[in-house]
Amino acid sequence: MSENGGFIQKAMVVGGGIAGISASIDLGNAGYEVVLVERLPSIGGRMLQLSETFPTLDCAQCTLTPKTVETGQHPKIRLLTYSEVDEVTGHAGDFRVRIRRKAGYVDWDKCTGCGLCQQKCPSRGPSEFDRGMGIGKAIYTLSPQAVPNKPVINPARCRYFLEKKCRVCEKVCPVGAIDYEQKDRFVEERVGAIIVAVGFDLLPKERFGEYGYGDVSDVIDGLAFERLNSASGPTTGEIRRPSDGKIPKEVVFIQCTGSRDPDRYMPYCSRVCCMYTAKHARLYKHKVHDGQAYIFYMDIRSTGKGYEEFIQQSMEEEGILYLRGRVSRLFRDGDKVMVWGADTLTGKKVEIAADMVVLATAIVPHAETRELARKLGIETDAYGFLTEAERKLRPVETQIEGIYIAGCAQGPRDIADAVAHANAAASKVQGLFARQKRL
Amino acid sequence: MEYLYFPGCTLNTKAKNFDLTARTCASHLGFQMKELSNWTCCGATFPLATDNLMALLPPSRILANAREEGTALTTLCAVCFNVLKRTNRLLQDDGEKREKINNFIEKHYEGDLRIVHYLEILKQDVGFPRIKEKLKKELGGLRIGAYYGCMLLRPFKEMAFDDKERPTLFEEFLEALGAKAVDFPYKTECCGSFQSVGSPDVATECARKILESAVKSGAEMIVSTCPMCTFNIDHKQMDIKAKYLHFREVPVLYFTQLLGLALGLETKALGFELNFVDPLPLLKERALL
Repeated sequence: MSENGGFIQKAMVVGGGIAGISASIDLGNAGYEVVLVERLPSIGGRMLQLSETFPTLDCAQCTLTPKTVETGQHPKIRLLTYSEVDEVTGHAGDFRVRIRRKAGYVDWDKCTGCGLCQQKCPSRGPSEFDRGMGIGKAIYTLSPQAVPNKPVINPARCRYFLEKKCRVCEKVCPVGAIDYEQKDRFVEERVGAIIVAVGFDLLPKERFGEYGYGDVSDVIDGLAFERLNSASGPTTGEIRRPSDGKIPKEVVFIQCTGSRDPDRYMPYCSRVCCMYTAKHARLYKHKVHDGQAYIFYMDIRSTGKGYEEFIQQSMEEEGILYLRGRVSRLFRDGDKVMVWGADTLTGKKVEIAADMVVLATAIVPHAETRELARKLGIETDAYGFLTEAERKLRPVETQIEGIYIAGCAQGPRDIADAVAHANAAASKVQGLFARQKRL
Repeated sequence: MEYLYFPGCTLNTKAKNFDLTARTCASHLGFQMKELSNWTCCGATFPLATDNLMALLPPSRILANAREEGTALTTLCAVCFNVLKRTNRLLQDDGEKREKINNFIEKHYEGDLRIVHYLEILKQDVGFPRIKEKLKKELGGLRIGAYYGCMLLRPFKEMAFDDKERPTLFEEFLEALGAKAVDFPYKTECCGSFQSVGSPDVATECARKILESAVKSGAEMIVSTCPMCTFNIDHKQMDIKAKYLHFREVPVLYFTQLLGLALGLETKALGFELNFVDPLPLLKERALL
């Protein structure tokens, strides 16, 4: 047990997205030790994939990178990236968390982050970070500004692991950091409180039969559009469609793809799609002046600060065509993606020969969230989102004392709300720790 | 294997070739189709109003009578199949409506027939590998568009026939016969249905889009499971041609005609004289006749 009457004054944050980062910085600045556990090789989460953010249209990476750097350099925060929670025992004040530190086949103590291995790696495949559009190497970091800026090897793509030849990265590494023999390691951390901020996924477009089960080329999801529009993305920020690199002149955006559809997909509202679709259409228009953007919507939900103004401006000043209605089918017709929809305000069927289609697919929890919740002893709802202790009055607490939740792991929300949620979770932890100190 | 068989009105008139080839193929493949001793029109539409029980009486009576003769009922026409399967399901699931209908038709039918489409028999009961063994003719990669229409597939939960957005059963059947199944986006679109009576132009446009989509995707022939669809996409080609000078005719066959062809039935047993667009030139060109 620890110094202060047995109650360990140290927190663990699981998930290094904007929620986890915000909570960690809050706790660190309050003087508490924080262990930040992230599944991927570097922190930043979904926000790192975004190009610009609503309603201000400022660059996501420009606002996020100072935060990731601050987290990485914070004297009170210790990063355990490429790591997953394996087992949790104990209670508030003394949780014992076994963490699997996944083998990345690179000795990060030696690695200087020079990037030579990534340049020279001959194994190429679609980049997951770029939603399958850019080129991903077998040895990779998620982005050039990754924190920590150290690579890992994906054995499913690496020639050495697959064919027992190559070893180029080992040859070029100036400090001998490559270690093909590395194995998963387990470490135990003892903490007094845990914040779970493991984020979200998108309902895969392969689920949508009416939209071709993901087989219609140039039909992408919202995160893919973010990558296309991002200066660090596969097209260095030019809007070019994936199939042939042409600049699309007619782009259809479909909101509520899989959201608010109790019969077939998710019954809930994903909360961010109205705003990010308006943002997407505007960013597209800013880059392709003679292009036409169409947005199919059910109704517009823009309840945040400055959001309705943003929507009004999108509708009235940006030349975006809003069509109230659903799209029943998409299919490829030669060079075009045919979009069949309804404009329910005029009562007419609409057919658009589009160059590209962007699906605002529903926010869903990660498939692994349920299993993590089970390890922690906290609850999930019917969809797999983490359940708060009470809907209205205890939005960051769980049924287990000392375990708190933040961000989209609890339910769909935008960045501002995720940060507020994380701030709340961090202050709950501070309250818990301070109370114990006084005892 | 024996199935009760509900032919439906059209198969006794305009689509005699569908009926004839289905029966002959069945005996070639080793299953019997026993025509119901007493049948009427299926009603031709499943009522949209949930309280319109009157429209459910004809199919209910057919089903109740059929149950007295056996346990599995097959049919060919996609519309009849839709009406019978949905009515059967309703009688199975909705006790209150079942009682009302039973009282009216003076029967005690519980909805316990197995309603199975001929294509489902081919896949599930006979099996495509066994059909392959019986084939006398290789269709030699004839490029065929499988046209499902809507009645086989929707409403999805009630029909439970195949994936509503991208069905594949028909294509599997074609591939089993040695044909090349051509996928085309309009394969599950409506043929125009009864609009061909009230607003023939609407139906003609529906048919034109389906046909052009199939041909554009490479189809040399289209197969159908429905006399209604076939009327619209086969007979209507005359009207399309009158309106669109560049329209090229494409033969439309019932899937059982194609099956009969592959099983080596004689040409005169295939009933091609009832097909509006003559398939003989294409079949001769491909040395299939």
